[in-house]
Amino acid sequence: MLSSRVQVVLIAGLLISLGLGLTLYKAINLGFPLLPGEYSDVWTVETKANFRPSSNSAVEVELVLPKMLAGWTNLDEHFASSGFGFSIIDDQADTRLMADSRRARWTRQSLDRPTTLYYKMQLYRSADSTQLPDFPVFNPVQPRLKPDQQAAMERLVIKLAEKSSDQERFTSLLIQEFLRDSPDQDTLFLIDSYQEDALTVIMDVLAYRGIPAHQIRGIFLEDGRRRQTLSALVEIYNGEGWAILDPRTGNSGLPQNFFIWQRGEGTILNVIGGRNSSLEFALVSNSLPVKTVVGMGQRSEEVDLLDFSIYALPVEQQGIFKGLLLIPVAALVVVFMRILVGVRTSGTFMPVLIALAFIQTTLIVGLLIFLGLVGVGLWIRSYLSHLNLLLVSRVAAVIIVVILLMAVLAVISYKLGLDQALTVTFFPTVIVAWTIERMSILWEEEGGHEVLIQGGGSLIVAVLAYLAMSAPIVEHLTFNFPELMLSLLGIILLLGKYTGFRLSELHRFRDLDVK
Amino acid sequence: MFGLISPSNLRRLGILGMNRRNIGFIGAYNKRKNYRIADNKLETKSAALSRSIPVPELYGTIERQFQVKTITEQLEARDSFVIKPSQGSGGKGILVITGRNGDLFVKSSGVEIDSREIKRHTSNILAGLYSLGGRNDSAMIEALIAFDPVLKDYSFEGVPDIRVIVFRGVPVMAMIRCATRESDGKANLHQGAVGIGIDIGTGQIVCAVQRNRIITQHPDTGVVFGELKIPHWQQILDLAASCANMTGLDYLGADVVIDRIRGPMLLELNARPGLAIQVANQAGLRHRLATADKIANLTNDQDEKIKLAREQFSQTRVGRGQLALEIV
Repeated sequence: MLSSRVQVVLIAGLLISLGLGLTLYKAINLGFPLLPGEYSDVWTVETKANFRPSSNSAVEVELVLPKMLAGWTNLDEHFASSGFGFSIIDDQADTRLMADSRRARWTRQSLDRPTTLYYKMQLYRSADSTQLPDFPVFNPVQPRLKPDQQAAMERLVIKLAEKSSDQERFTSLLIQEFLRDSPDQDTLFLIDSYQEDALTVIMDVLAYRGIPAHQIRGIFLEDGRRRQTLSALVEIYNGEGWAILDPRTGNSGLPQNFFIWQRGEGTILNVIGGRNSSLEFALVSNSLPVKTVVGMGQRSEEVDLLDFSIYALPVEQQGIFKGLLLIPVAALVVVFMRILVGVRTSGTFMPVLIALAFIQTTLIVGLLIFLGLVGVGLWIRSYLSHLNLLLVSRVAAVIIVVILLMAVLAVISYKLGLDQALTVTFFPTVIVAWTIERMSILWEEEGGHEVLIQGGGSLIVAVLAYLAMSAPIVEHLTFNFPELMLSLLGIILLLGKYTGFRLSELHRFRDLDVK
Repeated sequence: MFGLISPSNLRRLGILGMNRRNIGFIGAYNKRKNYRIADNKLETKSAALSRSIPVPELYGTIERQFQVKTITEQLEARDSFVIKPSQGSGGKGILVITGRNGDLFVKSSGVEIDSREIKRHTSNILAGLYSLGGRNDSAMIEALIAFDPVLKDYSFEGVPDIRVIVFRGVPVMAMIRCATRESDGKANLHQGAVGIGIDIGTGQIVCAVQRNRIITQHPDTGVVFGELKIPHWQQILDLAASCANMTGLDYLGADVVIDRIRGPMLLELNARPGLAIQVANQAGLRHRLATADKIANLTNDQDEKIKLAREQFSQTRVGRGQLALEIV
């Protein structure tokens, strides 16, 4: 049997070279960049189609898949539909949309419970163009109106037409009319008598005015959104070309963060044999190096290794792993600081958890909140120690006190308009409570000096771990080359066998006789 | 303030660092199951008694909260005593009563307390206030040590104890730990007690440190550390070395006190002794541990081990040399 030292060296060597080898392979053969260069946002859009079966009959669900417009590229798509027959239909015949429309179709003989079907795609913007392709112009069909509605619409159109030079201006004014806090009487009457959302009225007014128009439906991309729904834009023909207006603001042009799902009329989700169907979207954005993204697009089919990357996971898990993959780096910082430098901390990995909270709160705010929580907590804990309670109930009491403090801090800061302090909720309650308990015992037993040393040590390690985790290069490497974790593991194993001096010992033993 | 010593100097001096101590000695030589006897003072005491190693007399123990009420009856006939947690560390929770004044008890600092205070302290000990990790503990009542008058001025309000590091039954380094006002009467170097290195060969003072800095006199009593020679030195080394066999711990620190009447007694054991002893002795542990390893390989006899250790580790270098040849 080999000595434990040799075993550690062998295993660590193997792990380190495996991690580095895989990284180099990905960097050289697959073209993943080692350094963070130019980034582009890759959006993972997870579409959930929810519905209830209406009776125990056959179910057919059709989802119109988006066409990639305005410079967007679909890197990868994925359908999840257990128990359903699944096919993708490429239809050339839909002349209304002027081009082929792709639809995903799920079918099933019978279904007895509410179901969710998933469609996930990864998008990135390869060209920053807001230019949309040509679209056929149809003369609008006059809306069918009651006489009083027609009269109101007529007055509204005349009023707006007087103020506007062209049709785009007219549409913009029309939208603003509906957005006003106190619209004029005709507008109010139209909204009331339609009993529909303002957009329907707006489309009818445009048709009444004779402006060719349709809706563009899609999603506003917001990082981290879970239950995003479809939004709509208005596209009108101004005589020369198409112009887009945002019904939320009246501004023209395609909003930067709008992803077009469907241009023109028509349903997106079609459920036969079901009811209460709805579409919702979960969105996550990853900043990825442009080279990686392009590479993925070209090779996602050929290279199996990519299938095993973090990108293959569902959106929510990707977000979680983004954070998890940083923890080994923080652990390395702790190991380094304790074994090589000799910093004393209160609780071995407590600094890591504090550093994770700092990522959410930003450094300065996080430090202030943490010091505030621990400070007030210590003060209250010092009273609890007079009561001579048993340990478990004492710590439990401190936990509750910490939560109360957090709630008070959150409410007060919110009332004062200091939104930053709301991030207090990211601090791990139980860890903060234990920190207070430890510090307090330390204070009683060893005095304030030791509390300062260990508390300061913990904070220094936490800040260093935070700085390491938030460095762009670290984030880039851990997320794109998770295999580097193996190398980290190897390094940590090696450090576990380090028998040399700690930096602090060079100071501690400074008074030794060198002669 | 940021004076540093170079690692190469530390290596040359054979200084043992925390990492090497943990991996190379505590981890490699001390089996975890043997820790118990060192960590629990009651177990240390009973093991010592079964081997006729002298320890301060045990007046009684309090293990359950309901027994706390009876403590005054137990203490009826005692004028002086010490109450301490059996699993405390670093001198925490030790209450020293040196005398009586009517119904009141006089603490070593001169402060007088009543029996309610004594009960409250005992109850805190049982609740684990002074134990590692707040575990429930038991309280032990011990005889107060009347320490040897030779050491009187070396300690401020506390019993000075002698720490001997024993490796594989060979005493390798020793120091005497003296309480200061800063350390609050505790002989704990972390809290500012003074550590005075003692020559293994002669029992004489080598050097004194407080908070890892060299000092020449006691900060509170003002006594100059000079020509002191620890009495009963051979007996102390013998006592410390016996603890290796008793516990099965190959790397341990034995804390010994010298009673005026009964002589050296074992106070407690430490399975993870600290490293400050090296500064107090102005010498590193590594070379000595290597030599001690050779001595232990050479002989199993305790007297022989101590004899060789006294020759080898004497800093006055009396009689050193010819044996080094023998061992090498």
